[in-house]
Amino acid sequence: MSYTAAHDDHHGPEKGLLRWVKTTNHKDIGSLYMWFAFAMLLIGGAFAMGIRAELLQPGLQLMDPQFFNQLTTMHGLIMVFGAIMPAFVGLGNWLIPMMVGAPDMALPRMNNWSFWILPFAGGILLSTFFMEGGAPAFGWTFYAPLSTTFAPDSTDFFIFAVHLLGFSSIMGAINIIATVLNMRAPEMRLMDMPLFVWTWLITSFLLIGAMPVLAGAVTMMLTDRNFGTAFFDATGGGDPVMFQHIFWFFGHPEVYIMILPAFGVVSHIIPTFARKPLFGYSSMVYATASIAFLSYIVWAHHMFLTGMPVAGELYFMYATMLIAVPTGVKVFNWVATMWKGSMTFETPMLWALSFVFLFTIGGFSGLMLGIAPADIQYHDTYFVVAHFHYVLVTGALWSIIAATFYWLPKWCGNMYNEKLAKFHFWWAMISVNVLFFPQHFLGLAGMPRRIPDYSLQFADFNYISSIGAFSFGLSFILLTYIVIDCIRNGTPSEARPWDSAKGLEWTLPSPAPYHSFNTPPARAVILEESQHS
Amino acid sequence: MAELERKKITKRFWITLVSAPILMLLFAVFVMPPLYEVLCDITGFNGTTGTVETEQQYEVDEERLVEVSFFASTMPGFPVQFGPKVASMDVVPGKFYTTSYIAKNNTDYEVVGQAVPSVAPTDAALYFKKLECFCFTRQVFKPHEEVEMTLRFVIEPEMDEDIQDVSLSYNFFKLES
Repeated sequence: MSYTAAHDDHHGPEKGLLRWVKTTNHKDIGSLYMWFAFAMLLIGGAFAMGIRAELLQPGLQLMDPQFFNQLTTMHGLIMVFGAIMPAFVGLGNWLIPMMVGAPDMALPRMNNWSFWILPFAGGILLSTFFMEGGAPAFGWTFYAPLSTTFAPDSTDFFIFAVHLLGFSSIMGAINIIATVLNMRAPEMRLMDMPLFVWTWLITSFLLIGAMPVLAGAVTMMLTDRNFGTAFFDATGGGDPVMFQHIFWFFGHPEVYIMILPAFGVVSHIIPTFARKPLFGYSSMVYATASIAFLSYIVWAHHMFLTGMPVAGELYFMYATMLIAVPTGVKVFNWVATMWKGSMTFETPMLWALSFVFLFTIGGFSGLMLGIAPADIQYHDTYFVVAHFHYVLVTGALWSIIAATFYWLPKWCGNMYNEKLAKFHFWWAMISVNVLFFPQHFLGLAGMPRRIPDYSLQFADFNYISSIGAFSFGLSFILLTYIVIDCIRNGTPSEARPWDSAKGLEWTLPSPAPYHSFNTPPARAVILEESQHS
Repeated sequence: MAELERKKITKRFWITLVSAPILMLLFAVFVMPPLYEVLCDITGFNGTTGTVETEQQYEVDEERLVEVSFFASTMPGFPVQFGPKVASMDVVPGKFYTTSYIAKNNTDYEVVGQAVPSVAPTDAALYFKKLECFCFTRQVFKPHEEVEMTLRFVIEPEMDEDIQDVSLSYNFFKLES
């Protein structure tokens, strides 16, 4: 490793493949994150295709139930830890330094490390498929004792992979906090920051609070499995229900880790294409912070059926309902931003609009699940599957795709094919609803989740859902083509490809130079580009 | 324009950023489990039953009766037959009662096990106190041995009057001998 950081101001990227291994440049690392996340999205998507192919018809056709369970488990783990989270860290890497007028991330070499841990963690996780006893098959929530007493040997590799992923996320979070708080242009006050920066800053605090708890949970699993402790083993005085408490103490902040940056992205795109400043900037910041705080005190709404006392169920139910308030503030603000705006519907706007619409559906089904007495009916059914795919696919993933189209001209200097991109949007938009909407009905009718076979009355909706799944899966081939075509053959883009886009990143030429903002931007520029009205 | 200096990352800021996740990890492993146990003991969450040291005196209302049902189960791989001697008892809150469970080892080898109790409904767990129980210690079953294991308990009169049925269940786990 050469010590180039101090001299980097004067020359561009290194030549050859080693550039990507040794790079400390936030734009390079951002791209690495994005491509890694995309590769994982395709792998996790392939697992989902396997799941839907098996569920196309009742009966066991393609695989034995054990392998089916491995697919559902790995689909969840890969999508959460391999696709969505790294994609947001990639967006953060690319955008945050440009948005706060910084030359790079605060800790560039740690940045390199936190990325390069990921391929190894992902590789270890995927390699469990080829081990004796197969991959983990206990669901992405890995409840004890399924994951301790009754799990395959490969679980220890899974634990190690989760440790590595946690390390990577925590380092990424530390880096983002240090960048936002220390590398920000000296004349940019906190309340001048764009919302994507704000939401990522708050997400970083969630990561620092939650990921170590996950690391703790898997560490206890590891010692239970191999070193004779009994944290989750009732024979030794432990308690398997405690595993669920600890897991969801991580798990609930985790779902906001995956959605808060998405809120930030949408808060950039909607004002641009509505040609109005964001409505209620400061209420957006406070709403984000409230959601983050509330996310730590509602975890047991995932556990209404563990035999909690009524007082506990009531508390967790009301606290959960409370989250709808700041979330409602956000949705209201997005709609109010569009109110009487001069709206146009370029591809990023289409994705952002459908995010608002479909994420809200996912939010509402979440409220239904949060009602303790109703949850007795919905718990562990396909209704839950439909709910979290509406918030994670048409929520988190939608915002990542929206962000990709919105900032792609800035990243690679070329404009994508608008016609093809719009066609792809409608294809994905329709197929994703064909895929997930019928799952609400399946769940309400009582079809349990995580099963390879089902009784005959569920056959029709499953058939429709699987057809939607295959169509949705195919749409990603077109997405890959659109992105690569844009990078290779797109028409060169202006510095500010969208008329009324605000933000320091648009003051840079397209593609963004390898090194930017060696001199911090002046106060006048910062105010001109801020999201305030 | 005079160039403004960007802030430096101070040592204190560094230490805070790095120690926060480490502290959270230690919190998860060393604080959360004991905290959970204490919480269960205090509130009876999760059906955790309590114990009493001596046969203390309670105010007894002879008119009030609670039906206690006894259940038993064994974990897969635990080869000992195990069940309550009586299926249920009518008890007066505040009085001590004795009953027993019977276990028979049908195998040719020695088996070591641990019984884990649970009381339902949760709101009763806090008031279900045991003076003597085979679940306090690990049990050793000799080959083909049949044993009667006693249980002495009381339901404290502070329990909600609405609760008229209480279930006590034991699950036997195999221990490595």
